[in-house]
Amino acid sequence: MKSRHWKALQKAYLCIIFSFFYLPIAVMAAFSFNQSKSRTVFTGFTFKWYLDLFRNQRILDALWLSLGLALAAATVATVVGTMAAIGINAMRKTPRAIINNISYLPVVNPEIITGVSLMLLFVVGKQGLTALNGWLEQSGLGLRVPEDIFGLPTLLIAHVTFCLPYVIFNVSPKLRQMDIRLYEAALDLGCNPRQAFFKVVLPEIMPAVLSAFLISLTYSIDDFIISYFSSGNMQTLPISIYSMTRRKVSPEVYALSTVMFLVILSIILFTNAMDSRQYKKEQKGGGRG
Amino acid sequence: MLKNKSLAYPYLVWMAIFIAAPLLIVVYFAFTTAEGKFTLNNLTGIAPYTAVFARSLLLAGAATIICLVMAYPVSYFLSRMRANKQHIMLMLVMLPMWMNFLLRTYAWMTLLEKNGIINKILGFFGIGPLQMINTAGAVILGMVYNYLPYMILPLYTAMVKIDDSLIEAAQDLGAGTWRTLTRVLIPMSAPGIATGITMVFVPSVSTFIISRMLGGGGNMLIGDLIELQFLGNSLNYNVGSAMSLLLMVVVLLCMSLTNTMGDEDVEGVI
Repeated sequence: MKSRHWKALQKAYLCIIFSFFYLPIAVMAAFSFNQSKSRTVFTGFTFKWYLDLFRNQRILDALWLSLGLALAAATVATVVGTMAAIGINAMRKTPRAIINNISYLPVVNPEIITGVSLMLLFVVGKQGLTALNGWLEQSGLGLRVPEDIFGLPTLLIAHVTFCLPYVIFNVSPKLRQMDIRLYEAALDLGCNPRQAFFKVVLPEIMPAVLSAFLISLTYSIDDFIISYFSSGNMQTLPISIYSMTRRKVSPEVYALSTVMFLVILSIILFTNAMDSRQYKKEQKGGGRG
Repeated sequence: MLKNKSLAYPYLVWMAIFIAAPLLIVVYFAFTTAEGKFTLNNLTGIAPYTAVFARSLLLAGAATIICLVMAYPVSYFLSRMRANKQHIMLMLVMLPMWMNFLLRTYAWMTLLEKNGIINKILGFFGIGPLQMINTAGAVILGMVYNYLPYMILPLYTAMVKIDDSLIEAAQDLGAGTWRTLTRVLIPMSAPGIATGITMVFVPSVSTFIISRMLGGGGNMLIGDLIELQFLGNSLNYNVGSAMSLLLMVVVLLCMSLTNTMGDEDVEGVI
Protein backbone atom coordinates (compact mmCIF):
# COMPACT_ATOMS: atom_id res chain seq x y z
CA MET A 1 0.00 0.00 0.00
CA LYS A 2 2.72 2.37 1.01
CA SER A 3 4.52 1.78 -2.23
CA ARG A 4 1.43 2.69 -4.27
CA HIS A 5 1.03 6.00 -2.45
CA TRP A 6 4.71 6.62 -2.93
CA LYS A 7 4.42 6.06 -6.69
CA ALA A 8 1.44 8.43 -6.90
CA LEU A 9 3.34 11.04 -4.90
CA GLN A 10 6.31 10.72 -7.24
CA LYS A 11 4.13 11.20 -10.27
CA ALA A 12 2.39 14.21 -8.76
CA TYR A 13 5.69 15.83 -7.87
CA LEU A 14 7.18 15.31 -11.31
CA CYS A 15 3.97 16.69 -12.84
CA ILE A 16 4.27 19.85 -10.77
CA ILE A 17 7.90 20.36 -11.72
CA PHE A 18 7.29 19.77 -15.40
CA SER A 19 4.29 22.11 -15.42
CA PHE A 20 6.55 24.69 -13.83
CA PHE A 21 8.94 24.20 -16.75
CA TYR A 22 6.36 24.15 -19.52
CA LEU A 23 3.34 26.22 -18.47
CA PRO A 24 5.03 29.59 -19.12
CA ILE A 25 6.06 28.39 -22.57
CA ALA A 26 2.56 27.08 -23.23
CA VAL A 27 0.92 30.34 -22.15
CA MET A 28 3.22 32.28 -24.48
CA ALA A 29 2.40 29.92 -27.33
CA ALA A 30 -1.34 30.31 -26.70
CA PHE A 31 -1.21 34.09 -26.64
CA SER A 32 0.94 34.23 -29.76
CA PHE A 33 -2.32 33.42 -31.59
CA ASN A 34 -4.32 36.08 -29.77
CA GLN A 35 -5.94 38.73 -31.92
CA SER A 36 -5.55 41.60 -29.47
CA LYS A 37 -2.45 42.53 -27.60
CA SER A 38 -4.10 41.51 -24.35
CA ARG A 39 -2.30 38.90 -22.37
CA THR A 40 -5.18 37.82 -20.19
CA VAL A 41 -8.19 37.58 -22.48
CA PHE A 42 -8.23 35.53 -25.63
CA THR A 43 -10.14 37.63 -28.15
CA GLY A 44 -9.73 35.60 -31.29
CA PHE A 45 -7.42 33.45 -33.33
CA THR A 46 -4.88 35.01 -35.68
CA PHE A 47 -1.57 34.36 -37.43
CA LYS A 48 -0.96 38.11 -37.56
CA TRP A 49 2.00 38.12 -35.19
CA TYR A 50 3.72 35.33 -37.07
CA LEU A 51 3.36 37.23 -40.33
CA ASP A 52 4.67 40.36 -38.64
CA LEU A 53 7.59 38.37 -37.34
CA PHE A 54 8.56 36.98 -40.72
CA ARG A 55 8.25 40.45 -42.26
CA ASN A 56 10.34 42.04 -39.52
CA GLN A 57 13.55 42.86 -41.37
CA ARG A 58 15.49 43.53 -38.18
CA ILE A 59 14.75 40.08 -36.80
CA LEU A 60 15.54 38.42 -40.10
CA ASP A 61 18.85 40.27 -40.41
CA ALA A 62 19.69 39.33 -36.85
CA LEU A 63 18.82 35.71 -37.54
CA TRP A 64 21.10 35.53 -40.58
CA LEU A 65 23.89 37.27 -38.71
CA SER A 66 23.56 34.81 -35.83
CA LEU A 67 23.56 31.80 -38.12
CA GLY A 68 26.53 33.02 -40.17
CA LEU A 69 28.46 34.01 -37.08
CA ALA A 70 27.76 30.66 -35.42
CA LEU A 71 28.90 28.72 -38.48
CA ALA A 72 32.10 30.77 -38.81
CA ALA A 73 32.91 30.72 -35.09
CA ALA A 74 32.16 27.01 -34.71
CA THR A 75 34.30 26.15 -37.74
CA VAL A 76 37.29 28.18 -36.57
CA ALA A 77 36.94 26.96 -32.99
CA THR A 78 36.64 23.32 -34.07
CA VAL A 79 39.70 23.42 -36.33
CA VAL A 80 41.92 25.41 -33.95
CA GLY A 81 40.60 23.52 -30.90
CA THR A 82 41.13 20.06 -32.39
CA MET A 83 44.67 20.98 -33.38
CA ALA A 84 45.20 22.34 -29.90
CA ALA A 85 43.87 19.17 -28.28
CA ILE A 86 46.38 17.08 -30.26
CA GLY A 87 49.23 19.44 -29.47
CA ILE A 88 48.37 19.65 -25.78
CA ASN A 89 48.07 15.89 -25.62
CA ALA A 90 51.65 15.61 -26.86
CA MET A 91 52.96 17.88 -24.10
CA ARG A 92 54.43 16.93 -20.77
CA LYS A 93 52.33 17.03 -17.66
CA THR A 94 53.15 20.48 -16.26
CA PRO A 95 52.63 22.63 -19.35
CA ARG A 96 49.52 20.61 -20.10
CA ALA A 97 48.09 21.33 -16.66
CA ILE A 98 48.85 25.04 -16.95
CA ILE A 99 47.21 25.32 -20.38
CA ASN A 100 44.18 23.32 -19.27
CA ASN A 101 43.73 25.56 -16.24
CA ILE A 102 43.84 28.74 -18.30
CA SER A 103 41.46 27.21 -20.83
CA TYR A 104 39.02 26.50 -18.02
CA LEU A 105 38.79 30.21 -17.14
CA PRO A 106 36.10 31.15 -19.67
CA VAL A 107 34.11 28.06 -18.64
CA VAL A 108 34.08 28.78 -14.90
CA ASN A 109 34.10 32.58 -15.00
CA PRO A 110 30.70 34.25 -14.99
CA GLU A 111 29.82 35.16 -18.56
CA ILE A 112 29.64 38.83 -17.69
CA ILE A 113 33.33 38.75 -16.67
CA THR A 114 34.35 37.14 -19.95
CA GLY A 115 32.25 39.69 -21.81
CA VAL A 116 33.57 42.68 -19.92
CA SER A 117 37.21 41.58 -20.10
CA LEU A 118 37.01 41.02 -23.86
CA MET A 119 35.34 44.39 -24.26
CA LEU A 120 38.21 46.05 -22.39
CA LEU A 121 40.71 44.26 -24.61
CA PHE A 122 38.90 45.51 -27.71
CA VAL A 123 38.76 49.04 -26.33
CA VAL A 124 42.49 48.96 -25.64
CA GLY A 125 43.08 47.35 -29.04
CA LYS A 126 41.09 50.08 -30.76
CA GLN A 127 43.14 52.77 -29.02
CA GLY A 128 46.28 50.96 -30.12
CA LEU A 129 45.10 50.91 -33.72
CA THR A 130 44.26 54.62 -33.60
CA ALA A 131 47.74 55.34 -32.29
CA LEU A 132 49.21 53.14 -35.01
CA ASN A 133 47.29 55.06 -37.65
CA GLY A 134 48.56 58.36 -36.27
CA TRP A 135 52.08 57.06 -36.49
CA LEU A 136 51.54 55.73 -40.01
CA GLU A 137 50.20 59.08 -41.11
CA GLN A 138 53.24 60.88 -39.77
CA SER A 139 55.61 58.47 -41.41
CA GLY A 140 53.95 59.27 -44.72
CA LEU A 141 53.68 55.68 -45.90
CA GLY A 142 50.11 56.22 -47.01
CA LEU A 143 48.94 53.12 -45.14
CA ARG A 144 45.99 52.83 -42.80
CA VAL A 145 44.73 49.98 -40.66
CA PRO A 146 41.00 49.64 -39.95
CA GLU A 147 40.23 51.22 -36.61
CA ASP A 148 36.61 50.51 -35.95
CA ILE A 149 36.87 46.88 -34.90
CA PHE A 150 33.65 46.74 -32.89
CA GLY A 151 31.08 44.69 -34.74
CA LEU A 152 31.66 41.59 -36.79
CA PRO A 153 35.41 41.17 -36.02
CA THR A 154 34.97 41.48 -32.25
CA LEU A 155 31.88 39.25 -32.28
CA LEU A 156 33.73 36.55 -34.18
CA ILE A 157 36.74 36.74 -31.85
CA ALA A 158 34.52 36.60 -28.77
CA HIS A 159 32.52 33.64 -30.02
CA VAL A 160 35.58 31.66 -31.07
CA THR A 161 37.10 32.40 -27.67
CA PHE A 162 34.24 31.02 -25.61
CA CYS A 163 33.75 28.03 -27.93
CA LEU A 164 37.41 26.93 -27.95
CA PRO A 165 37.56 25.45 -24.42
CA TYR A 166 34.47 23.32 -25.10
CA VAL A 167 36.09 21.93 -28.25
CA ILE A 168 39.33 21.12 -26.44
CA PHE A 169 37.60 19.49 -23.48
CA ASN A 170 35.42 17.44 -25.84
CA VAL A 171 38.20 16.22 -28.12
CA SER A 172 40.95 15.64 -25.53
CA PRO A 173 39.32 12.68 -23.72
CA LYS A 174 38.63 10.99 -27.06
CA LEU A 175 42.29 11.40 -28.03
CA ARG A 176 43.43 9.88 -24.78
CA GLN A 177 41.06 6.96 -25.24
CA MET A 178 42.34 6.29 -28.73
CA ASP A 179 44.81 3.48 -29.15
CA ILE A 180 48.08 5.13 -30.17
CA ARG A 181 49.12 1.87 -31.82
CA LEU A 182 46.56 2.43 -34.56
CA TYR A 183 48.47 5.52 -35.58
CA GLU A 184 51.81 3.74 -35.30
CA ALA A 185 50.52 0.82 -37.35
CA ALA A 186 49.45 3.22 -40.07
CA LEU A 187 52.96 4.69 -40.09
CA ASP A 188 54.53 1.23 -40.20
CA LEU A 189 52.34 0.28 -43.11
CA GLY A 190 53.69 3.16 -45.12
CA CYS A 191 51.47 6.15 -44.41
CA ASN A 192 53.20 9.43 -43.92
CA PRO A 193 52.16 11.24 -40.72
CA ARG A 194 49.69 13.40 -42.60
CA GLN A 195 47.99 10.43 -44.24
CA ALA A 196 47.99 8.54 -40.96
CA PHE A 197 46.28 11.48 -39.32
CA PHE A 198 43.58 11.99 -41.92
CA LYS A 199 42.93 8.29 -42.62
CA VAL A 200 43.25 6.82 -39.13
CA VAL A 201 43.23 9.37 -36.33
CA LEU A 202 40.61 11.79 -37.63
CA PRO A 203 37.94 9.15 -38.34
CA GLU A 204 38.60 7.78 -34.88
CA ILE A 205 38.03 11.11 -33.10
CA MET A 206 35.37 12.34 -35.53
CA PRO A 207 32.38 11.82 -33.20
CA ALA A 208 33.99 14.06 -30.59
CA VAL A 209 34.95 16.65 -33.19
CA LEU A 210 31.42 16.70 -34.57
CA SER A 211 29.79 17.04 -31.18
CA ALA A 212 32.27 19.82 -30.35
CA PHE A 213 31.20 21.58 -33.53
CA LEU A 214 27.51 21.22 -32.66
CA ILE A 215 28.05 22.41 -29.09
CA SER A 216 29.92 25.45 -30.40
CA LEU A 217 27.13 26.12 -32.86
CA THR A 218 24.44 26.09 -30.17
CA TYR A 219 26.48 28.12 -27.70
CA SER A 220 27.18 30.72 -30.33
CA ILE A 221 23.55 31.03 -31.46
CA ASP A 222 22.32 31.18 -27.87
CA ASP A 223 24.89 33.57 -26.42
CA PHE A 224 23.63 36.92 -25.31
CA ILE A 225 25.81 38.23 -22.49
CA ILE A 226 29.26 38.01 -24.10
CA SER A 227 27.96 39.27 -27.46
CA TYR A 228 26.20 42.15 -25.73
CA PHE A 229 29.53 43.57 -24.60
CA SER A 230 31.44 43.08 -27.82
CA SER A 231 28.89 43.69 -30.54
CA GLY A 232 29.14 47.44 -31.03
CA ASN A 233 26.02 48.25 -33.05
CA MET A 234 25.61 44.79 -34.52
CA GLN A 235 22.51 42.88 -33.53
CA THR A 236 22.68 39.13 -33.19
CA LEU A 237 19.38 37.31 -32.70
CA PRO A 238 19.56 37.26 -28.87
CA ILE A 239 20.47 40.95 -28.84
CA SER A 240 17.51 41.87 -31.01
CA ILE A 241 15.28 39.68 -28.83
CA TYR A 242 16.55 41.68 -25.88
CA SER A 243 15.67 44.97 -27.53
CA MET A 244 12.23 43.58 -28.35
CA THR A 245 11.61 42.58 -24.74
CA ARG A 246 12.39 46.10 -23.61
CA ARG A 247 9.06 47.12 -25.08
CA LYS A 248 6.33 46.10 -22.73
CA VAL A 249 3.86 44.44 -25.04
CA SER A 250 5.02 42.60 -28.11
CA PRO A 251 3.16 39.45 -29.16
CA GLU A 252 5.83 39.04 -31.83
CA VAL A 253 8.15 37.86 -29.08
CA TYR A 254 5.59 35.18 -28.22
CA ALA A 255 5.46 34.12 -31.83
CA LEU A 256 9.23 34.01 -31.97
CA SER A 257 9.44 31.88 -28.81
CA THR A 258 6.92 29.46 -30.18
CA VAL A 259 8.75 29.16 -33.48
CA MET A 260 12.07 28.64 -31.71
CA PHE A 261 10.59 26.07 -29.37
CA LEU A 262 9.16 24.10 -32.27
CA VAL A 263 12.44 24.26 -34.18
CA ILE A 264 14.41 23.04 -31.17
CA LEU A 265 11.86 20.33 -30.44
CA SER A 266 12.00 19.01 -33.98
CA ILE A 267 15.81 19.05 -34.00
CA ILE A 268 15.90 17.07 -30.77
CA LEU A 269 13.26 14.59 -31.94
CA PHE A 270 15.10 14.18 -35.23
CA THR A 271 18.51 13.52 -33.65
CA ASN A 272 16.87 11.17 -31.19
CA ALA A 273 15.23 9.21 -33.97
CA MET A 274 18.57 9.02 -35.77
CA ASP A 275 20.29 7.86 -32.61
CA SER A 276 17.84 5.11 -31.90
CA ARG A 277 17.95 3.97 -35.53
CA GLN A 278 21.73 3.85 -35.31
CA TYR A 279 21.43 1.96 -32.05
CA LYS A 280 19.06 -0.61 -33.54
CA LYS A 281 21.33 -1.03 -36.55
CA GLU A 282 24.28 -1.69 -34.31
CA GLN A 283 22.28 -4.20 -32.31
CA LYS A 284 21.31 -6.03 -35.48
CA GLY A 285 24.79 -5.85 -36.93
CA GLY A 286 26.13 -7.81 -33.99
CA GLY A 287 27.49 -4.99 -31.85
CA ARG A 288 29.83 -3.39 -34.36
CA GLY A 289 31.66 -0.40 -32.95
CA MET B 1 51.85 14.37 -36.28
CA LEU B 2 50.25 13.06 -33.11
CA LYS B 3 53.41 13.94 -31.17
CA ASN B 4 53.55 17.38 -32.65
CA LYS B 5 53.24 20.03 -29.95
CA SER B 6 53.37 22.86 -32.47
CA LEU B 7 49.78 22.07 -33.46
CA ALA B 8 48.75 23.74 -30.24
CA TYR B 9 50.65 26.96 -31.01
CA PRO B 10 47.83 28.80 -32.80
CA TYR B 11 45.60 28.12 -29.83
CA LEU B 12 48.30 29.15 -27.36
CA VAL B 13 48.61 32.51 -29.11
CA TRP B 14 44.81 32.85 -29.12
CA MET B 15 44.63 31.90 -25.45
CA ALA B 16 47.31 34.40 -24.47
CA ILE B 17 45.65 37.28 -26.33
CA PHE B 18 41.97 36.56 -25.81
CA ILE B 19 41.76 34.69 -22.51
CA ALA B 20 44.75 35.65 -20.37
CA ALA B 21 45.37 39.23 -21.54
CA PRO B 22 41.75 40.44 -21.10
CA LEU B 23 41.71 39.26 -17.49
CA LEU B 24 45.05 40.94 -16.83
CA ILE B 25 43.63 44.12 -18.36
CA VAL B 26 40.70 43.91 -15.94
CA VAL B 27 43.15 43.68 -13.04
CA TYR B 28 45.18 46.58 -14.44
CA PHE B 29 42.09 48.78 -14.88
CA ALA B 30 40.88 47.89 -11.39
CA PHE B 31 44.03 49.30 -9.82
CA THR B 32 44.60 52.39 -11.96
CA THR B 33 42.97 55.76 -12.53
CA ALA B 34 41.72 56.87 -15.93
CA GLU B 35 45.16 58.41 -16.44
CA GLY B 36 46.90 55.12 -15.69
CA LYS B 37 48.22 55.93 -12.21
CA PHE B 38 48.07 53.32 -9.44
CA THR B 39 45.12 53.70 -7.08
CA LEU B 40 42.96 51.78 -4.65
CA ASN B 41 40.08 54.24 -5.01
CA ASN B 42 38.23 52.01 -7.46
CA LEU B 43 38.04 49.22 -4.93
CA THR B 44 37.19 51.43 -1.98
CA GLY B 45 34.66 53.21 -4.20
CA ILE B 46 32.58 50.04 -4.19
CA ALA B 47 31.78 50.50 -0.49
CA PRO B 48 28.51 52.43 -1.12
CA TYR B 49 27.29 49.47 -3.12
CA THR B 50 27.72 46.94 -0.31
CA ALA B 51 23.94 46.56 -0.16
CA VAL B 52 23.85 45.57 -3.83
CA PHE B 53 26.54 42.96 -3.27
CA ALA B 54 24.73 41.65 -0.21
CA ARG B 55 21.46 41.47 -2.17
CA SER B 56 23.14 39.55 -4.99
CA LEU B 57 24.57 37.00 -2.58
CA LEU B 58 21.27 36.70 -0.75
CA LEU B 59 19.05 36.28 -3.81
CA ALA B 60 21.49 33.93 -5.56
CA GLY B 61 21.87 31.94 -2.33
CA ALA B 62 18.11 31.66 -1.90
CA ALA B 63 17.68 30.60 -5.54
CA THR B 64 20.40 27.98 -5.13
CA ILE B 65 18.82 26.48 -2.03
CA ILE B 66 15.36 26.43 -3.61
CA CYS B 67 16.80 24.77 -6.72
CA LEU B 68 18.54 22.16 -4.60
CA VAL B 69 15.39 21.34 -2.64
CA MET B 70 13.21 21.22 -5.76
CA ALA B 71 15.72 19.30 -7.87
CA TYR B 72 16.79 16.65 -5.39
CA PRO B 73 13.59 14.55 -5.52
CA VAL B 74 13.32 15.05 -9.30
CA SER B 75 16.83 13.71 -9.84
CA TYR B 76 16.25 10.83 -7.48
CA PHE B 77 12.98 9.78 -9.12
CA LEU B 78 14.57 10.08 -12.55
CA SER B 79 17.56 7.98 -11.57
CA ARG B 80 15.28 5.11 -10.43
CA MET B 81 13.20 4.94 -13.61
CA ARG B 82 13.58 2.48 -16.45
CA ALA B 83 16.39 3.43 -18.85
CA ASN B 84 14.24 4.48 -21.80
CA LYS B 85 11.91 6.49 -19.57
CA GLN B 86 14.94 8.20 -18.01
CA HIS B 87 16.03 9.22 -21.48
CA ILE B 88 12.70 10.87 -22.28
CA MET B 89 12.53 12.61 -18.89
CA LEU B 90 16.05 14.00 -19.30
CA MET B 91 15.05 15.38 -22.68
CA LEU B 92 12.08 17.07 -21.04
CA VAL B 93 14.38 18.63 -18.44
CA MET B 94 16.81 19.87 -21.07
CA LEU B 95 14.33 21.11 -23.64
CA PRO B 96 13.58 24.46 -21.94
CA MET B 97 17.33 24.98 -21.54
CA TRP B 98 17.71 25.07 -25.30
CA MET B 99 15.38 28.01 -25.53
CA ASN B 100 17.00 31.39 -25.24
CA PHE B 101 16.92 32.53 -21.62
CA LEU B 102 15.68 35.98 -22.62
CA LEU B 103 12.50 34.41 -23.99
CA ARG B 104 12.08 32.23 -20.91
CA THR B 105 12.44 35.24 -18.65
CA TYR B 106 10.09 37.29 -20.81
CA ALA B 107 7.43 34.62 -20.30
CA TRP B 108 7.52 35.25 -16.57
CA MET B 109 7.55 38.98 -17.11
CA THR B 110 4.10 38.80 -18.64
CA LEU B 111 2.81 36.12 -16.26
CA LEU B 112 3.69 38.07 -13.13
CA GLU B 113 2.41 41.43 -14.32
CA LYS B 114 -0.07 43.44 -12.32
CA ASN B 115 -2.84 42.58 -14.79
CA GLY B 116 -1.15 39.41 -15.89
CA ILE B 117 -2.70 36.00 -16.02
CA ILE B 118 -1.67 34.88 -12.53
CA ASN B 119 -3.26 37.89 -10.90
CA LYS B 120 -6.34 37.29 -13.04
CA ILE B 121 -6.63 33.74 -11.73
CA LEU B 122 -6.01 34.88 -8.16
CA GLY B 123 -8.66 37.55 -8.61
CA PHE B 124 -11.10 34.83 -9.62
CA PHE B 125 -10.64 33.40 -6.12
CA GLY B 126 -10.97 36.84 -4.62
CA ILE B 127 -7.28 37.35 -3.90
CA GLY B 128 -5.13 40.20 -5.03
CA PRO B 129 -4.13 41.74 -7.27
CA LEU B 130 -0.70 41.10 -5.78
CA GLN B 131 2.43 43.02 -6.62
CA MET B 132 4.59 40.24 -8.00
CA ILE B 133 6.67 41.75 -10.77
CA ASN B 134 9.51 44.08 -9.73
CA THR B 135 10.05 42.30 -6.43
CA ALA B 136 12.97 40.35 -5.04
CA GLY B 137 10.76 37.27 -5.11
CA ALA B 138 10.27 37.63 -8.86
CA VAL B 139 14.04 37.78 -9.33
CA ILE B 140 14.51 34.60 -7.29
CA LEU B 141 11.74 32.93 -9.29
CA GLY B 142 13.47 33.91 -12.52
CA MET B 143 16.76 32.45 -11.31
CA VAL B 144 15.09 29.22 -10.20
CA TYR B 145 13.19 28.85 -13.45
CA ASN B 146 16.24 29.49 -15.62
CA TYR B 147 18.81 27.46 -13.70
CA LEU B 148 16.82 24.55 -12.22
CA PRO B 149 17.95 22.18 -15.01
CA TYR B 150 21.57 22.99 -14.10
CA MET B 151 20.84 21.53 -10.67
CA ILE B 152 18.82 18.53 -11.82
CA LEU B 153 21.37 17.28 -14.35
CA PRO B 154 24.50 16.99 -12.15
CA LEU B 155 22.41 15.56 -9.30
CA TYR B 156 20.97 13.00 -11.67
CA THR B 157 24.44 12.09 -12.95
CA ALA B 158 25.64 11.49 -9.41
CA MET B 159 22.54 9.56 -8.34
CA VAL B 160 22.28 7.29 -11.34
CA LYS B 161 25.57 5.78 -10.19
CA ILE B 162 24.15 4.86 -6.76
CA ASP B 163 23.22 1.20 -6.79
CA ASP B 164 19.66 0.32 -5.73
CA SER B 165 21.06 -2.43 -3.53
CA LEU B 166 22.84 0.13 -1.34
CA ILE B 167 19.55 1.84 -0.54
CA GLU B 168 17.87 -1.51 0.07
CA ALA B 169 20.75 -2.57 2.28
CA ALA B 170 20.41 0.57 4.36
CA GLN B 171 16.69 -0.07 4.78
CA ASP B 172 17.22 -3.76 5.56
CA LEU B 173 19.68 -2.78 8.23
CA GLY B 174 17.04 -0.66 9.90
CA ALA B 175 17.57 2.84 8.54
CA GLY B 176 14.36 4.82 8.06
CA THR B 177 13.69 7.08 5.10
CA TRP B 178 15.35 10.02 6.81
CA ARG B 179 18.47 8.12 7.80
CA THR B 180 18.80 6.52 4.38
CA LEU B 181 18.63 10.00 2.92
CA THR B 182 21.13 11.66 5.24
CA ARG B 183 23.56 8.78 5.69
CA VAL B 184 23.51 7.14 2.25
CA LEU B 185 21.93 9.22 -0.50
CA ILE B 186 23.22 12.68 0.35
CA PRO B 187 26.84 11.67 1.04
CA MET B 188 26.94 9.60 -2.14
CA SER B 189 25.48 12.37 -4.26
CA ALA B 190 27.73 15.07 -2.73
CA PRO B 191 29.80 15.61 -5.89
CA GLY B 192 26.57 16.23 -7.80
CA ILE B 193 25.33 18.60 -5.11
CA ALA B 194 28.61 20.52 -5.25
CA THR B 195 28.52 20.82 -9.04
CA GLY B 196 24.85 21.78 -8.99
CA ILE B 197 25.39 24.51 -6.42
CA THR B 198 28.18 26.08 -8.47
CA MET B 199 26.24 25.79 -11.71
CA VAL B 200 23.23 27.59 -10.23
CA PHE B 201 24.97 30.04 -7.94
CA VAL B 202 27.55 31.43 -10.37
CA PRO B 203 25.13 32.49 -13.14
CA SER B 204 22.59 33.67 -10.55
CA VAL B 205 24.98 35.90 -8.67
CA SER B 206 26.31 37.47 -11.86
CA THR B 207 23.08 37.93 -13.81
CA PHE B 208 21.87 41.32 -14.92
CA ILE B 209 19.07 40.34 -17.26
CA ILE B 210 16.86 38.52 -14.79
CA SER B 211 17.08 41.33 -12.26
CA ARG B 212 16.39 43.93 -14.93
CA MET B 213 13.43 42.16 -16.49
CA LEU B 214 11.78 40.85 -13.34
CA GLY B 215 13.20 43.07 -10.62
CA GLY B 216 12.43 46.50 -12.04
CA GLY B 217 14.77 49.24 -10.92
CA GLY B 218 14.70 48.43 -7.22
CA ASN B 219 16.50 45.11 -7.25
CA MET B 220 19.89 45.89 -8.74
CA LEU B 221 22.47 43.11 -8.58
CA ILE B 222 26.25 43.08 -9.06
CA GLY B 223 25.75 42.27 -12.73
CA ASP B 224 23.61 45.39 -13.23
CA LEU B 225 26.25 47.54 -11.54
CA ILE B 226 29.00 46.17 -13.75
CA GLU B 227 26.90 46.54 -16.88
CA LEU B 228 26.19 50.18 -16.00
CA GLN B 229 29.91 50.88 -15.71
CA PHE B 230 30.67 49.45 -19.14
CA LEU B 231 27.65 50.20 -21.32
CA GLY B 232 25.28 52.21 -19.13
CA ASN B 233 25.16 55.82 -18.04
CA SER B 234 27.76 55.64 -15.28
CA LEU B 235 30.45 54.71 -17.80
CA ASN B 236 33.63 54.07 -15.81
CA TYR B 237 35.83 51.18 -16.91
CA ASN B 238 38.07 51.41 -13.86
CA VAL B 239 35.34 51.11 -11.26
CA GLY B 240 33.65 48.46 -13.41
CA SER B 241 36.87 46.46 -13.47
CA ALA B 242 37.19 46.69 -9.71
CA MET B 243 33.63 45.36 -9.37
CA SER B 244 34.36 42.56 -11.83
CA LEU B 245 37.43 41.64 -9.83
CA LEU B 246 35.37 41.44 -6.66
CA LEU B 247 32.76 39.32 -8.41
CA MET B 248 35.51 36.93 -9.56
CA VAL B 249 36.71 36.64 -5.96
CA VAL B 250 33.16 35.83 -4.80
CA VAL B 251 32.83 33.16 -7.48
CA LEU B 252 36.23 31.66 -6.68
CA LEU B 253 35.36 31.51 -2.99
CA CYS B 254 32.08 29.77 -3.76
CA MET B 255 33.80 27.26 -6.01
CA SER B 256 36.55 26.43 -3.55
CA LEU B 257 33.90 25.92 -0.86
CA THR B 258 31.86 23.52 -2.97
CA ASN B 259 35.03 21.82 -4.18
CA THR B 260 36.12 20.87 -0.68
CA MET B 261 32.58 19.71 0.03
CA GLY B 262 32.56 17.39 -2.99
CA ASP B 263 36.08 16.07 -2.31
CA GLU B 264 35.64 15.30 1.35
CA ASP B 265 32.61 13.20 0.76
CA VAL B 266 34.11 11.34 -2.14
CA GLU B 267 36.96 10.35 0.13
CA GLY B 268 34.48 9.38 2.81
CA VAL B 269 32.66 7.10 0.41
CA ILE B 270 35.82 5.44 -0.82
